[in-house]
Amino acid sequence: MKKSSTTVQEPPGAVVHRSTPPPAWQPRTDPAPLLPDREPYRVLGTEAVADADPELLLRLYAELVRGRRFNAQATALTKQGRLAVYPSSTGQEACEVAAALVLQEQDWLFPSYRDTLAVVARGLDPVQALTLLRGDWHTGYDPREHRIAPLSTPLATQLPHAVGLAHAARLKGDDVVALALVGDGGTSEGDFHEALNFAAVWNAPVVFLVQNNGFAISVPLAKQTAAPSLAHKAVGYGMPGRLVDGNDAPAVHAVLAEAVRRARSGGGPTLIEAVTYRIEAHTNADDATRYRGDAEVEAWRAHDPVRLLEHELTERGMLDEGGIRRAAEDADAMAARLRDRMNADPELEPMDIFAHIYAEQTSQLHEQAVQLRAELDASAEPADDARGQGEAR
Amino acid sequence: MTTVAATAAKTARAAKPATMAQALQRAMRDAMAEDPAVHVLGEDVGALGGVFRVTDGLAAEFGEDRCTDTPLAEAGILGTAVGMAMYGLRPVVEMQFDAFAYPAFEQLTSHVAKMRNRTRGALPMPITIRVPYGGGIGGVEHHSDSSEAYYMATPGLHVVTPATVDDAYGLLRAAIASDDPVVFLEPKRLYWSKAQWSPEAPATVEPIGRAVVRRTGLSATLVTYGPSLTVCLEAAEAARAEGWDLEVVDLRSLVPFDDETVIASVRRTGRAVVVHESNGFGGPGGEIAARISERCFHHLEAPVLRVAGFDIPYPPPMLEQHHLPGVDRVLDAVARLQWEADS
Repeated sequence: MKKSSTTVQEPPGAVVHRSTPPPAWQPRTDPAPLLPDREPYRVLGTEAVADADPELLLRLYAELVRGRRFNAQATALTKQGRLAVYPSSTGQEACEVAAALVLQEQDWLFPSYRDTLAVVARGLDPVQALTLLRGDWHTGYDPREHRIAPLSTPLATQLPHAVGLAHAARLKGDDVVALALVGDGGTSEGDFHEALNFAAVWNAPVVFLVQNNGFAISVPLAKQTAAPSLAHKAVGYGMPGRLVDGNDAPAVHAVLAEAVRRARSGGGPTLIEAVTYRIEAHTNADDATRYRGDAEVEAWRAHDPVRLLEHELTERGMLDEGGIRRAAEDADAMAARLRDRMNADPELEPMDIFAHIYAEQTSQLHEQAVQLRAELDASAEPADDARGQGEAR
Repeated sequence: MTTVAATAAKTARAAKPATMAQALQRAMRDAMAEDPAVHVLGEDVGALGGVFRVTDGLAAEFGEDRCTDTPLAEAGILGTAVGMAMYGLRPVVEMQFDAFAYPAFEQLTSHVAKMRNRTRGALPMPITIRVPYGGGIGGVEHHSDSSEAYYMATPGLHVVTPATVDDAYGLLRAAIASDDPVVFLEPKRLYWSKAQWSPEAPATVEPIGRAVVRRTGLSATLVTYGPSLTVCLEAAEAARAEGWDLEVVDLRSLVPFDDETVIASVRRTGRAVVVHESNGFGGPGGEIAARISERCFHHLEAPVLRVAGFDIPYPPPMLEQHHLPGVDRVLDAVARLQWEADS
């Protein structure tokens, strides 16, 4: 497929400034230009790769290798009890990495619980990114400092947040794009619908990336939707839908980049479906053998995002054995640092459970905090203190 | 320095009858004029001015970017408000009717109420959620729920409800100024209640969390809020004939709860009846009665009683008078406070 297939053709009337909306009785635009292509857009193995920025390709490769290693290390940490849970994105690293790299510093990322990798690739300290999954605190970082919303556990509820933030930024005249990540299961939620509808009506600078990894825990896509593709859903809202090979990192990056440019220039939102696959189970608590066969998983392993890009770069003479080894060593070093830091027990302060409920603590919460403080003090007293002995006699 | 004309204008405007709906509108208008971060959004809040006209004129005065008609989707309204608050705005959202707010419940409980806590204070949620609530206006089903118990059960939310025109202004100003989310319950049947009210010198902005004694008395305390305040004041007048000198406490804020004012009152009077129109079982009255019993046990001459709506889905409008606690039901409860005589 040619690169031109992702070059968003601006349909007449699609770029509508909010101050001049079309009359309500008229369709906003001819829906045909909004429809996604039948086949997912690909770069690797096509002529389009010749146009790709070599520096970007190498950067994507390095991040993919690190991401793969991160997933493996985090999964190992769950087995050691260092993480309460880890929803692995192994197989989906291309989406995660592209999502992080496509954004400018002032842009905002709205991740779901499986998007730790995107958050880390955006530059967040991995330990802060894993705080939620470690069970130390709900969010390990200041969202405003990093322009990364908290990892959202409820499905699709972060999408309207992305729309609201993008809308607010636009009202203030700031150059900010919001990128919201959601899974295939999340597209069935009401908040997905409401977010896309608000985004289109408000012409908000927001991009929705659906990582269609085949399953919502155990339920396959065919039982999730009857739509021809998830990208088709865009048309009903009046925004373009784009379909991309989610294991093709430069393709995901290119389609995202086009959508981000469009949003930044006032062209409104885009819905992108990246077709990928979750190689691991939903989480360590899930038994994926109950709902899918080995043959299917093996077929997707052959379409591995890391190997696909590695093969392309090697073929083109941009990467050699030494480069592959250096990338692996760099990833191993990252994993070793992560392991060391996660093996240290976090310092927890029980009284923190009363912190940050309200700007000012209510008298009700104050009483309860006093109660916990007393319980903690009592349990800290030595068992054989004089008072205890006195009572025993 | 005041000119004669200005003085005359001020006098003309001062202490005119104003409705609660007008006071609420004025509160939003003043807040929007003072702080460009304040944005109003909801279904029908723009050109129509809200189905109760509470947002009347705001879009015309501040523009559609500040007072925005949204698509009809409550989760979307509150969910986008979360994102706006993350970017530093102070959204005031309207839910139009009590039971219409339920689609927004996940946003409210999972995000609005918890965001400050989840992010260790990094992302406060200064969102005001205006919910017209309660019955007595002849609305068909889904237009008369009293949903305060749901909100009270969610840590991280403030829950307030005015019962007077002054408080409607003062509490809404405080809610909008609050750095925490406030569920602002507006008693629908009091929207058109009037008071002598001067928008030029509006009442003080009430700090959230303080109850007020609306009527002093010595023989029992009626603890109430929102739409039931007028019922309780009327009951207190009627009870005088029976020799009861009733004190009436208007909570104004359900979360935080003003234990101090309630306890001081009940310790003085030795008897208490909690009055509200939402369902009794699992309702606010149970919590309030328990708090009073725990703190005033040795001062009580009788068990704390509750007068509440029945434990039924809100009835059809032609039957709602049988559900809503009225003056007679309050007086019956007061009569039952003669504990020693009965037992």
